[in-house]
Amino acid sequence: MKKMKINKKTKDNIITYGIVLVAYIVMELLINTGHISSLMQGLLVPLCVYVILAVSLNLTVGILGELSLGHAGFMCVGAFTGAFFSKCTQNAIPADLLRFILAIIIGAIAAGIVGFLIGMPVLRLRGDYLAIVTLAFGEIIKNIINVLYVGKDSDGFHFSLKDSLSLGLKEDGEVIINGAQGITGTPKDSTFTIGIILIVLTLIIVLNLIHSRDGRAIMSIRDNLIAAESIGINITKYKLMAFSVSAALAGMAGVLYAHNLNSLMATPKNFGYNMSIMILVFVVLGGIGNIRGSIISAVILTLLPELLRGLSNYRMLIYSVILIVMMLFNWSPKLINLREKYSFKRLFKKTREVQ
Amino acid sequence: MAALLEVKNLGISFGGLRAVDDFEISIKKGQLYGLIGPNGAGKTTIFNLLTGVYKPSEGVIMLDGENITGLKTIEINKAGIARTFQNIRLFKDLSVIDNVKAGLHNHYKYTTLEGVLRLPSYFKTEKAMTQRAMELLKVFELDQEAEYLAANLPYGKQRKLEIARALATEPKLLLLDEPAAGMNPNETMELMETIRFVRDNFDMTILLIEHDMKLVSGICEELTVLNFGRILAQGETAGVLNDPQVITAYLGE
Amino acid sequence: MSFISYLINGISLGSVYAIIALGYTMVYGIAKMLNFAHGDVIMVGGFTVFFAVSMQGLPTAVGILLSVVLCTLLGITIEYIAYRPLRQAASSLAVLITAIGVSYFLQNMALLIFGANTKAFTSVVTLPAIKLAEGQIIISGETIVTIISCIIIMTGLTLFINKTKAGQAMLAVSEDKGAAQLMGINVNGTISLTFAIGSALAAIAGMLLCSAYPSLTPYTGSMPGIKAFVAAVFGGIGSIPGALIGGVILGIIEILSKAYISSQLADAIVFMVLIIVLLVKPTGILGKKIQEKV
Repeated sequence: MKKMKINKKTKDNIITYGIVLVAYIVMELLINTGHISSLMQGLLVPLCVYVILAVSLNLTVGILGELSLGHAGFMCVGAFTGAFFSKCTQNAIPADLLRFILAIIIGAIAAGIVGFLIGMPVLRLRGDYLAIVTLAFGEIIKNIINVLYVGKDSDGFHFSLKDSLSLGLKEDGEVIINGAQGITGTPKDSTFTIGIILIVLTLIIVLNLIHSRDGRAIMSIRDNLIAAESIGINITKYKLMAFSVSAALAGMAGVLYAHNLNSLMATPKNFGYNMSIMILVFVVLGGIGNIRGSIISAVILTLLPELLRGLSNYRMLIYSVILIVMMLFNWSPKLINLREKYSFKRLFKKTREVQ
Repeated sequence: MAALLEVKNLGISFGGLRAVDDFEISIKKGQLYGLIGPNGAGKTTIFNLLTGVYKPSEGVIMLDGENITGLKTIEINKAGIARTFQNIRLFKDLSVIDNVKAGLHNHYKYTTLEGVLRLPSYFKTEKAMTQRAMELLKVFELDQEAEYLAANLPYGKQRKLEIARALATEPKLLLLDEPAAGMNPNETMELMETIRFVRDNFDMTILLIEHDMKLVSGICEELTVLNFGRILAQGETAGVLNDPQVITAYLGE
Repeated sequence: MSFISYLINGISLGSVYAIIALGYTMVYGIAKMLNFAHGDVIMVGGFTVFFAVSMQGLPTAVGILLSVVLCTLLGITIEYIAYRPLRQAASSLAVLITAIGVSYFLQNMALLIFGANTKAFTSVVTLPAIKLAEGQIIISGETIVTIISCIIIMTGLTLFINKTKAGQAMLAVSEDKGAAQLMGINVNGTISLTFAIGSALAAIAGMLLCSAYPSLTPYTGSMPGIKAFVAAVFGGIGSIPGALIGGVILGIIEILSKAYISSQLADAIVFMVLIIVLLVKPTGILGKKIQEKV
């Protein structure tokens, strides 16, 4: 990729939005004409969740250039705050959509604040150290939520880190967050349409941020921290900005995730470091810094295990092999040379440019 | 006229090593000043001290009457010093024009929200930034390559782009760290012209580190020669270059 | 009195972490990569012993030997196939992701062969427990063997690195690959050797871990792996004494938090301590400071 025209950026963005909208219309048509299995339908909201997570993590990894392995932790914060809000206001705000929108905003803000608080001390660490610390924070968030008990009665809220009994609730009280059992009975407000709207919102925020003055500052830090400092760019401010926005968007994905389930629990599977790594894999395979690539790889990698269901026992194995082979194929200097010889590179771009 | 840059008694030690000792310099506004010396004499260390990369152990740095000793790099840049690097440090995955626009960061502003929501101020400011960046690129004959990735520029043009980026921050004093390193004689001649042009047209004061004696004697009005972290000679170019001590330090016995 | 038992248990668990952490720290020091799959090599070690001893009825000693040999070969193979092609790659992230892929591969391979059910691991230690202070403190045979193994391994490894040619070569490669190559050191061979040693240690750690906590699943190695990496970072990555200090401190913190604070929060506390250490000393307790040259 030698040349990047300004028009090309805009064109690329339009293509990205277009892909999302076309995918939405096609899926809606298929659903309405009954051409889609219930299994597939059940996957639609999770797909939106993963796409938002991948795009938002790409802001940290691809645009800011810092490796975070704690993205699921921010999703977890968003999920629990959002679900908590919905449970508490289920009676107070009868309009489902309004309540859900508020839940999304609150979940995103909560995750953004947690991102900001974590980012402040740790963003001065670099590389593998930052990775391990973000991983640690993700695990801490998950562990704390697992021992958190919150109840509500006529006196207000009660908190405990021991068990639901020590909340000392009155008779009219209700346990909202029940430790490892999490939150049950969250209203099922998430729909495919809302999911798509949130994806578009995420894209607008991320793409417009990248192609602005702030985005340039963030990418200049990624490319050369010392030079960025020398031209008067406030490193801490922009690192924190990218990290918090990324966390807030992950929180939003979390709210969407929580309102798609009847019972929300923080398990190693959904909010543990395995999930964070999964999201990172989406980002890396889609191309670091390539937003559209993140969307496509999140969709393919989520569908792939389902499509391989026929090979049920082998699917995760195959999946891991694909991962290794793709990495070797995309990054090994020897294979890159080989590929360039046979001009295969249009298929597997590994450039870091932003589309 | 008072000096633009006034440095007194500047020194720094790394561990037990005295890297720079009792360094003094006084540069007048509009001057083209050279800092020379053998490898390891402490030239780049002085740049790092002037730009806040290292904190001096002692000494005072005054820029345009303002004490900037011990300030952080970004504050020093805002106060008016911009630099280039010996080992080129471009934002290599950004386009050429975006490198310059990053340099304009503190002079053309709109809020994050205006940027994300694409309000009119975004378009207005971005347009002005593009215009200004193109002007700067034209000076260095880089306007044709504006949309290239910086990493794809040839070496000589990368050096020029670094100067353009530094100028974009609207400094009072420009520090160039071996601007001609790795250039052939023709490119060096061309660079000399550009440096002069920058000084005249941007009303700039320039301090440069250089090994190329032809460039130094060709454009610098005054010189400071550094050896083992100390000043060996200081004064007008012709006089300094004929100093027997300097000749010994440079050419050996 | 119970405090002393907890402390001893902590040192024992910490010794396992230290042995695993050695694998991380050596590989990181030499190949400058985070070998995410290291934890899963532990699991492979555990399953090999389980397969040989519990399923095939082979003698324990044979099981142990088999496990060490297999893990050593596995380590060398992983390095050769998955990491070596990426050594010159432009992004250090690429290697990390590949390592994650290898980790998934090993877990799912084990899942396929042995199933997801938890296996009861028969301890490889036959040493009886020791009773102290009139039976108030009981130290299990596993604990004693673990601590002794850790001491032997640490001493042996330190001697190996300081006294042998191969060990010196490892030091040289970790300082500067290019220069080491120019001095006639076989860099690829040295890196293979590092993986071999690290993986052999992982096999031993796997056996010790499974003997002390006798449940074995395909995911057994993953959490101890992460914690051992934390221990390595904690002690200062690249440093062998650092791995020992980091591992032991981590083990003690974990057991004491489980005993006195909350078993569910123990992991959170361990990670919290790591973060505090890194914020105070960004390169760990014994880590070297590296500054970028401007």
